[in-house]
Amino acid sequence: MMSEAGYPDDLLYHPEHDWARIDAAQPEEATLGITWYAQDALGEVVFFEPPSVGTMLAQGAPYAEVESVKAVSDVLAPLSGEIVAVNEALVDSPQLINEDPYGEGWMVRIALSDPGEREQLLDAGAYSATLNGGPQQLG
Amino acid sequence: MPSTLRRTALYDRHVDAGAKLVEFAGWEMPVQYEGVRQEHIAVRTDVGVFDVSHMGEIETSGPQSLALLQLLISNDLAKVPIGGAQYGVLCREDGGVLDDLFTYRLDAERWLTVTNAANHAQDLAWWREHAAAFDARVEDRIEDYAMLAVQGPRARELVQAISDAPLPPRMSAATRRLLGAEMLVCGTGYTGEEGVELLLAPGDAPALWNELLRRGATPTGLAARDTLRLEACYHLYGNDLSTERGPIEAGLGWCCVEDTDFVGARAVRRVRAEGPSERLVAFAIDGPGIARRGNPIAGGGIVTSGTLSPTLEVGIGLAYVPAARAAVGTRLEIDVRGKMRPAVVREKPLYRKGS
Repeated sequence: MMSEAGYPDDLLYHPEHDWARIDAAQPEEATLGITWYAQDALGEVVFFEPPSVGTMLAQGAPYAEVESVKAVSDVLAPLSGEIVAVNEALVDSPQLINEDPYGEGWMVRIALSDPGEREQLLDAGAYSATLNGGPQQLG
Repeated sequence: MPSTLRRTALYDRHVDAGAKLVEFAGWEMPVQYEGVRQEHIAVRTDVGVFDVSHMGEIETSGPQSLALLQLLISNDLAKVPIGGAQYGVLCREDGGVLDDLFTYRLDAERWLTVTNAANHAQDLAWWREHAAAFDARVEDRIEDYAMLAVQGPRARELVQAISDAPLPPRMSAATRRLLGAEMLVCGTGYTGEEGVELLLAPGDAPALWNELLRRGATPTGLAARDTLRLEACYHLYGNDLSTERGPIEAGLGWCCVEDTDFVGARAVRRVRAEGPSERLVAFAIDGPGIARRGNPIAGGGIVTSGTLSPTLEVGIGLAYVPAARAAVGTRLEIDVRGKMRPAVVREKPLYRKGS
């Protein structure tokens, strides 16, 4: 079952279709995942192998791979930091990425190494504007 | 998408059905509708319908049409009765494969060959170049045919219900009226299931498509076509077949009859006698991971097709490996983007109907 298209206002977006959630209560950490657009372009996700806790992520660099039946795609880090938790539920149920990309489909939680990087990310309005009219590329 | 892409007669139907459309060999084709896994399972357990109108058609006719086709195609077309179908490959002199194709004998001196979309123009030029020496006529029929594949355990029953006469059996073809429209009904497919392929006038295709869907057929895209054919271990030209390797390496020696002296027969005969240095094998990943086209194999070899099998729920694929490592049961290590994944050479096909 696929989710409805949408881009929540409380998230920050990387133009390569990744999101970050930073709670005001814990501004030194962020939860990361891929956007509705990314999971829709991939189709049904069938394989996700989470990286290890402790791995250092660099903004804009790939930290995981997500695979549909047809294609494999890199997941890019919208922010830099060290992984403090991974969503192990995705190993057995990778389809959560399709069903709930902003909730149960989260991928990793990181301790931010450069909180100032968030200024480079897009808000929901600016991100969704980048999607309008662009053709969907499938592998 | 560039506006130069060609569209089939069913383009509007695909848009209505919510298809994702992608460029494929110069055509704008539906890659999936609801989802590749669901479409795949519909074909394995019920019935699916594919628009494969991008496939090309070449008609060969005349007193020396058989002689021309014997020169071009690897198999022995003299064995094909009127109304019969046969698979073969088109080779260069060095044995490299130019295309793989089905040929239907429409009449004693009239044949229809279905080409791969990406190869059609080149095949047609190859046909015409060799036809000069024969009393045979070569016609490009790509504009005259739409092509639908109806596949799955319920496919024949569904098509039979709208046909004016019994459907031709497997590996044969006959002209029938479906919903009043005359078409060529072929007992062939590319999924490993029962089914038919229908070659018909493009103008008749939308009404037929609507009726097949009304009767319960699931619209099925090219993504599921690929996973279905890979489970059945059917070759995909451009992946598993190319001019770089010959039919013996590809495991297609069964459709090569060198005594017909087809173009490339000498090279094929030599490889068959000496044994190929590489063989195309089917494999399954042992554990997690999905190998993809282009992944290298430790000790030599390369994956030419790879996907997750929706039926077997493991990574599967086809790969060329050194002949000494091609036996069923041989363990392979595949380099999947830097991670070594264990795999096992498996018997072909990876999926057999009713298993």
